Formats: sequence, C-alpha cells, structure tokens
Amino acid sequence: MSGYLVRRLIESALILLGITFVTFVLLYMVPADPARQIAGRSATAETVANIRDQLGLNDPLFVQYFRYLGNLLQGDMGRSYLQRAEVADLIAARLPASLLLMVSAIVTELILGLTIGVVAALRRNRPADHTLMIFSFVSISAPQFVIGILLLYVFSVQFGWLPIGGYGTFAHLILPSITLGFLGAGWYSRMMRSSMIDVLEQDFVRTARAKGLSRLHIITRHVMPNAILPVIAMIGIDIGLFMSGIVVVESVFGWPGIGQLAWQAIQRVDIPVIMGVTMVSATAIVLGNLIADLVAPLIDPRIKTK
Amino acid sequence: MKRNTFLAGVAGLALAAGGAFAQVNEDAPQGGEMVVTYQDDVATLDPAIGYDWQNWSMIKSLFDGLMGYEPGTTTLRNELAASHEISDDGMVHTFVLKDGIKFHNGREIIAEDVKYSLERVTDPTTRSPGAGFFGMIDGFDTWNAGEGDGLSGVEVIDDKTVQITLSRPDATFTHVMALNFASIVPREAVEASGEDFGREPVGSGAFRLAEWTPGQQVVFERFEDYHRAGVPKLDKVTFDIGLDPTVALLRLQNGDADVPGDGIPPAQFLQVMNNPEQADNVVEGGQLHTGYITLNTQMAPFDNVNVRKAMNMAINKDRIVQMINGRAVPANQPLPPSMPGYADDYEGYPFDPEAARAMLAEAGFPDGFTTELFVMNVDPNPRIAQAIQQDLSEIGVKVEIRSLAQSNVIAAGGEADQAPMIWSGGMAWIADFPDPSNFYGPILGCAGAVSGGWNWSWYCNKELDARAAEADAMADPALADEREEAWRSIYVDIMDDAPWVPVFNEQRFTLVSDRMAGDDSLFVDPVHIPVNYDYIYSVEAE
Repeated sequence: MSGYLVRRLIESALILLGITFVTFVLLYMVPADPARQIAGRSATAETVANIRDQLGLNDPLFVQYFRYLGNLLQGDMGRSYLQRAEVADLIAARLPASLLLMVSAIVTELILGLTIGVVAALRRNRPADHTLMIFSFVSISAPQFVIGILLLYVFSVQFGWLPIGGYGTFAHLILPSITLGFLGAGWYSRMMRSSMIDVLEQDFVRTARAKGLSRLHIITRHVMPNAILPVIAMIGIDIGLFMSGIVVVESVFGWPGIGQLAWQAIQRVDIPVIMGVTMVSATAIVLGNLIADLVAPLIDPRIKTK
Repeated sequence: MKRNTFLAGVAGLALAAGGAFAQVNEDAPQGGEMVVTYQDDVATLDPAIGYDWQNWSMIKSLFDGLMGYEPGTTTLRNELAASHEISDDGMVHTFVLKDGIKFHNGREIIAEDVKYSLERVTDPTTRSPGAGFFGMIDGFDTWNAGEGDGLSGVEVIDDKTVQITLSRPDATFTHVMALNFASIVPREAVEASGEDFGREPVGSGAFRLAEWTPGQQVVFERFEDYHRAGVPKLDKVTFDIGLDPTVALLRLQNGDADVPGDGIPPAQFLQVMNNPEQADNVVEGGQLHTGYITLNTQMAPFDNVNVRKAMNMAINKDRIVQMINGRAVPANQPLPPSMPGYADDYEGYPFDPEAARAMLAEAGFPDGFTTELFVMNVDPNPRIAQAIQQDLSEIGVKVEIRSLAQSNVIAAGGEADQAPMIWSGGMAWIADFPDPSNFYGPILGCAGAVSGGWNWSWYCNKELDARAAEADAMADPALADEREEAWRSIYVDIMDDAPWVPVFNEQRFTLVSDRMAGDDSLFVDPVHIPVNYDYIYSVEAE
C-alpha cells in the first residue's frame, strides 16, 4: 500500500508539472500582450516596452517558465498584473467559499442522485421510473445558467423564501448547491439505477430473499453497498466537472469563489492569476482522483492496490 | 498672469456643449444609504492604476485632485485647489491649495503631496496606465524613462503653492489635472501599503473605504472632514459584488438594491422600458462614446479612399440602432454629439447602397471583394457584425466575421497587417476627459498608428497631425472658441479620408430605485459612471 501511495504521489506531481508547462505555453502563445493591457490605451510604445521589461516578458519562453516554476516551488505564485495583489492571497480569500459550495453540491447530488436512482431501479419500467428518468435527463441537459436563474426567480423573487444571490448564511448556500449539484444528480441517478438493477439480479440477492430477509434489509444491507461502488469512483472525476460548473454558478449567484476570480482573470489576460487558479483546480482534481482510488479498496476489498 | 481663469478656458468651451450647471440641491438632506451592484470584483482602488469604468467612479469618490468637474456636467472647477493661475504663454500653471484640507488619515494636505502624487503616477515602476497623459509636464520624458530624480516641471513654492511648468503649451492640461490619475495621495500611506495601496486606499474624497471583502462587498462611508460642507449626501454606499446583471435586476425589483452598476441587461431592456412603473425610474443621457468600424488604410482594398467611402454609404446605421433597442443614436463623425467640437451641420455620408456600389465599381471592384471583420465575442457585438455583413453583401462585399475575445481583437488591431475591419463595440472609445483632442491622438493620429497602438485604421495624416498639435497649443482661454473650431474642422476633414465608418453614439440608461433622489444629470453624469455617488441623496433621509 505505501509503495502504491508513493508511486501515485510521484505520478500526481508529474501530472501537475505537465499542467504548469502546458498552461504556461498556451498563455504564452495567446496573441494578447499583458503589457498592453496594463499600459492602457494612452500609453506610448516606450511605456509598453518598459512594462514588458519590468515583468520579464521579453525573456525567452523557457527562462520565463523556469523562473515561474522556481518561484512556485517556493510558494510564490506572483502578483496579479491588474490588481497588484499576491495571487496566493487572492486565491486564499476565495478558496473557502468554493470548497464550501463544492462539498455542499456533492452532498446535494449524492442525496438527490442516489435516492432517485434507487427508487427508479425498484420501480423499474413503471411510471415512477419513467418520470424520474425524464427528470434526470433534463437535469443533465439543462444549462446551469438557466437553472440558476429559474431557481432564483421562483424561490427568491416569487416566494421570497431565499436571498437573491450573495454569500454568508446557510440560506445563501441552498440554491447554488442545488444548481451545481443538479447536473451530477442526473448522472448519479442513471448510474445508480443501472448499478442497482445489475446487483438485484445477482445470485446472492436471490439467496438473501430465499433466506427470508426483509426487502428493506436486502436493499439497504446487500444491494446498495454493492451498487454504490461505481458511484464512489465517479466523485473523484466529478471534481473536474465542478471546477467548470463553478465558474457559471458562482457568477449567477454572486458566490465569491475562485470561479469568479478565474473568469475575470481570463477576460483581462491576468496571467499570474490564470496560472494560479489553474494550478489550484488541477491540484484539486488530481487529489480528488487520488483519494477516490485510495478509498475504493477500503470499500471493496476485491480491488487491490498494487 | 491671469487670475483664476480656468472657468473661461477649456471649461467654458465644454460648458457650451455640456449645457448649464446641474441643479445640485445643496440643501438636500444628509443621511441614508445606497446599494450598487456589480458583476466583476473591483480590480483596484489605487488612483494611479484603476482604469476601468467600474473603479473610475469609485475612485472619484475616494480621492480628489486639484481640479474636478461641476456635478453632472463637463465643466471644470477647482477641487483641492483654491486658485489656479496660468502664465501668459500658457507654460506655467500655479495652484494654491485650499486651507485645512485633510486626507482620510487626518493629516493636512500640503503642496509636497501634489509633487509626490504626480511623480508617483509618472514613475515607470508604478506602471500606471495614465502616465502618458502627463507628457506635457516639463521633465516627463526623462523621469518616465527612469532617469533623474523626479518631475523637474513640478516645483513646490511653499506648503500651499505648487507650480507646474509645461514643456509645450497644452489646452488639455487642466482636464488632465482632473483625471483620477492626478489624484493627491499621502506618501506615508502609499509607502506603508506598498503594492497593496489599491486595497487600502487613503485619499481625501467625499467617502472613505470602510470595508472590502474580496468578491463580495465594498463599503464606503462618509468622510466627515470633507472639504465641501454638506457633501456627500449619503452616509454609506455599499457595492454588492459578483452579481450577474440579470440577478442584479431581480434584486432591484425586490427592493434589495438601488442602482445596477452594470446597467439594464440588453435582454431585459424592453421588459423594463415597457413597464411604466420601472420606465419611470430610468434616466437617459448622452455619453462621450462613439462606436465605429475601423478600415485598415494600410491593407488592400481599404488603402483606396473610394472603397472606404463606399463602406460608409453601405451601412444601415438606423437598423443597427434598432437592433440594440434604440439605446444609441446614429453617428456620422468621430465625435459624439455631447462633445465640444461636434459638427452639428455636418451631414456625413448618406445611406445609399446604389451609390456605394457605383463607387466600388469606379474604384476597380465592380464585383466586390472578400474581407474580414474582427469583433469582440460578447452580445450584442456579433449580432451587429452580422448586420454589417448583410449590408455589405448588398454591395457585393463578402465579409467573414472573426468573433474573438476582447484582448485578441485589441492585439490584432495593434498590428498593421492583421485586421482589415474591426467593429469597435465593447472596446469603443469613451473619452477620458471631455475635450475633442481626446478622440484624436491615440485612435486617429499618427502616434497611435504603431505596433500595439489603438489606431486600428492605421490612419496617419501628417497635415492633420500638425493642425491637431496647433489646436492643442491654443492654451490661452481667450482662444477657446477658435480652438473648438479648429478641432471641428479636423474631424470633418478626417471624414473626407473616411478611415472609419462611425456607426452610433451610445446613450446611457440608468435604472434607479425609488429611494434615491437628485437631479437627473447626476444619474447620467458624464464623468461618473454609472452615477455621481457624492451628490445623490436618499429620500429616506428627509
């Protein structure tokens, strides 16, 4: 196990290194000059050249990259070109909000998705199943922007039950979590349904029934623990999906997370911030997958860590 | 020396076009608060660095400079200066500070602060986007190149008096001194905060920063020691950050916000205007803005003036204005109507596809040609590009649309051989200060036709450049009318060369809650966008 862990950690570090390189090269190739953005439209050519020089943008790509990497390894993500603040501070100020939203969206999608999946599987091919599957289809296809605005309109404007966007209390968290978790709930319900159907047809379920165990006991103790395995593996991959969803959901609800920060940085070619947010998201995704892989054998001993 | 002549000068010229003074209600009650919403987080509140339309007005409320504007107008007035004298040759400006004016940290403002602030903004290590505006101050070139030990043209005479010597007479200097970049900042606060001064601003404006939670909220509170008695009217202004404009509108309708800072979202515009109750709360005003198509004069076939003229006659501007729900007026020249120097009697090129086609044929393109139109990829700009594409197809010109992120369009425009045509929407010129020269240099003058410049037509007419320099040298306030006339003829002559197709001038529509009051001009203030935070008052304070 420890050998496996070390190997996976080294792999993860290499992946992250690769991501820094690819992102850096892509940003380098974008035909937009950050110095020009900073200098503004009244600047003379000399001013722009001077800014390029100060930021080291005239150096060759590899010099710039290794300088960035060297600083990064010392925990220095640089300063935002436009806000002039430390990138690490900007991200640190926003990361808790994004993590909170992410965790609460995972809880939401699991509760929604698993419940729907279980009910649909048990009512297979009956009207309840069809209705729930249509619902899951809609939740997978509907754009998050539309769902967010719709929920706001109904629950905040019409009923006045919840605040219209913002951050701070539990009430603020409800609609963004549902919006962000909605997509995953659709996937999970479909996955849970087919997984449940598979397990329900297994021999050990028939044996359990023959032993005279109650239906509830069979489902909660025998079927669900087996059916849930593929779903657990999904959560790790899900974090990647969340990272893209967060940009939209945070902007609809005014949620002060890193998605909002990333969006603005991209608009303004603020390279240090784009790099910083990319690194943080990539680390979250890599860690999520790593944890999912490490947890799987604990739940299902058949999966061996080699 | 002429005594305190600023009002008769460039300002008087602005007054002619800007209309009378706003009816600022000096007796309006103080108290109450206002909530303004924004989608984007505030980038910085450092006056030397902030240069987007969101922080521009916020910085105006936190900081003051020597000069400012009468609320709701384009008329210059003394702000921290008690008096301002200009030498006969227009080269030396002497400012005397008001008595007892203070920074938010309680320290009195002295002349040394003026020198420090101007040197800071022009110091190359500050990397200020506004440094270039101060190019007329003597010693700018060496100091901004990183040589010498300060701006030699700025001299402290005594604690109250500062004398600024120019390297050339320049009629726009007083406007430049009213820009945010010329705000007075306390050295000790800047040095204590370093790069973080934009997060911990200390100025002498009507409001002080009370609270800033990144991505969520910025709160301003009244500065009790403000140098104008009875100002600001409100106790507190709260900026709620991170709200999509559609959500911001819901908040306003629900009574949770007073002004949507990003304006009325285009998709909801008609819905708001068709609702009598809401339409009542919308204030409409002009804007120092022109939306235009640049025709790259160095790329074939736009190097042919007749082709450019044909373009000018082929675009149906009325239809484009209609497409954006009438939120603009059609344009026929570079300057917007509310700018001094606008030629009222200039008729421009008529919309006449027949004549355009004939002119193209005459220019050697009887079958038209194929070209590219660059456009920023945010609504409504791609739709406007399609309308342009359709209009041009009528005269046989086949247009391929390149819809890109803003920074990519700007980068393409800054290269001589990249973008034959650019629709300026979303990046269009909004004047930094209300003076006709501000529409020339960077976007139509030879100085802007360089790699990385903003003259996307790559238009360079040396004769007009000389006339522009001559007009700006008319620093004597007595020549104000003559100067305005000189600029008017420059812009009319530019249209003879047709480097642009001027399309429209955007109008501003500010939606305000019932809780806010003040003269309409304060809600469409030409230098404060979206509103003039200092003079608006709350009806609940009465």
